Amino acid sequence: MSAKYDRAITVFSPDGHLFQVEYAMEAVKRGTTAVGVRGKDSVVVAVERKATAKLQDAKTVRKLVQIDDHTCLVFSGLLADARTLIDRARVEAQSYRLTMDEPASVEHIARYIANIQQKYTQSGGVRPFGVSTFVLGFDGENPRLFQTDPSGTFSEWKANAVGRNSKTIREYLEKNFEDTEGRATPILALKALTEMVEPSSKMIDVAVLTKGSPTTYLSNEEIDAMLKEIEEEKASKLSRQAIST
Amino acid sequence: FFFLLLCASVVMSLDTLIGFTGKNFTIIAADKARARSIVIMNDNEDKIMNLEKNKLLAASGAAGDCSQFCDFVQKNLNLYRFKTDVPLSTNAAAHFTRNQLAVALRKSPYQCNLLLGGYDEDEGPSLYYLDYLASLQKMNYGAQGHASYFVLSLLDKDYRPDLSEEEAIQLLTRCFEGLKKRFLINSPNFIIKIVDQNGIREIPQIHV
Repeated sequence: MSAKYDRAITVFSPDGHLFQVEYAMEAVKRGTTAVGVRGKDSVVVAVERKATAKLQDAKTVRKLVQIDDHTCLVFSGLLADARTLIDRARVEAQSYRLTMDEPASVEHIARYIANIQQKYTQSGGVRPFGVSTFVLGFDGENPRLFQTDPSGTFSEWKANAVGRNSKTIREYLEKNFEDTEGRATPILALKALTEMVEPSSKMIDVAVLTKGSPTTYLSNEEIDAMLKEIEEEKASKLSRQAIST
Repeated sequence: FFFLLLCASVVMSLDTLIGFTGKNFTIIAADKARARSIVIMNDNEDKIMNLEKNKLLAASGAAGDCSQFCDFVQKNLNLYRFKTDVPLSTNAAAHFTRNQLAVALRKSPYQCNLLLGGYDEDEGPSLYYLDYLASLQKMNYGAQGHASYFVLSLLDKDYRPDLSEEEAIQLLTRCFEGLKKRFLINSPNFIIKIVDQNGIREIPQIHV
């Protein structure tokens, strides 16, 4: 009976593509946007909130999840696929703590998730995960930001975006990234996100991780205040440009 | 008789654990000695593990099983907190712990006897007695180890359900004095932890 499930779904095409993996990445591109930025003293992630139905309890549709005390995860893509990855990452985080008596590094968690994603591109009868994740946190003193994707690759980033319109946002980040500290880091993340997402706290969630303290989710008021600052800065820049020309 | 005590069976160990609930706190004391035969390997051992922010798990018995099992329970409670965003109540944690003991009992039993104490917002303080045969009992006061022979009768007489913190420490001091006087293999130092609405706190050394 198991013979029916021995054939792999992900096989090479004649020109060297793994189409199932590429289709999975397409699924990710349809997910809501997430932007991650690593500052000097914090890691920040800004996500586009998924539109919830009227009767749905918005609190239960959270994209920012805690893996361990100082490691967070944000994903783009299929929510159900992400949930299983998150559950396994949480178990791995505690299992590591149990064996090693110290917290797992952010890289370890990212590598673990990426390994699982890779396994599902090379096994019989399964499909790849339609999820790209940002794994962010602190390794002692240093803030870290990692990204994994459906192919099972993972790498560290200074700043990146996944999901809808991520290409545009990444280009913005490449042009405008600079080492930021304190409040400037979430502001940079918001600037990048609002390139393609409506600038309102109703549509945006922001999480900030700093060394030694638990993850802080910015309140709607704080987000609105930052968005206002960004608006004003843009407006003053435009007026300065207008004056100078 | 001395030799019998030294070849301590799993049922009773040389570790002393004393715990009881007060007005709005739970207090657990454990002796600080870790011994192998007639040698005290460590005289500063902390046998009381902090679970989450509002529970204490004290273990007595085979040293390896105690630390490993307490660690295991602590990490599983952490996992539960991350999965569900809500920490387990003391009652649920005690039942989880007992379940782990029960599952292992008919495979490869954990040789440890435990006292699990906690403080919940709605329940108030609570203390649970667990032993290596996976029994579980909620109690107002309890003790583990050979010392329990001496301490339980003292607590039977002097324990009141609404002790203040000061009265609790006085009661503990009387327990330590009793052990010092009559218990052959007694360790002079105890680590004392208290858990209340503000979390877990260690109480400075009481000199007997």
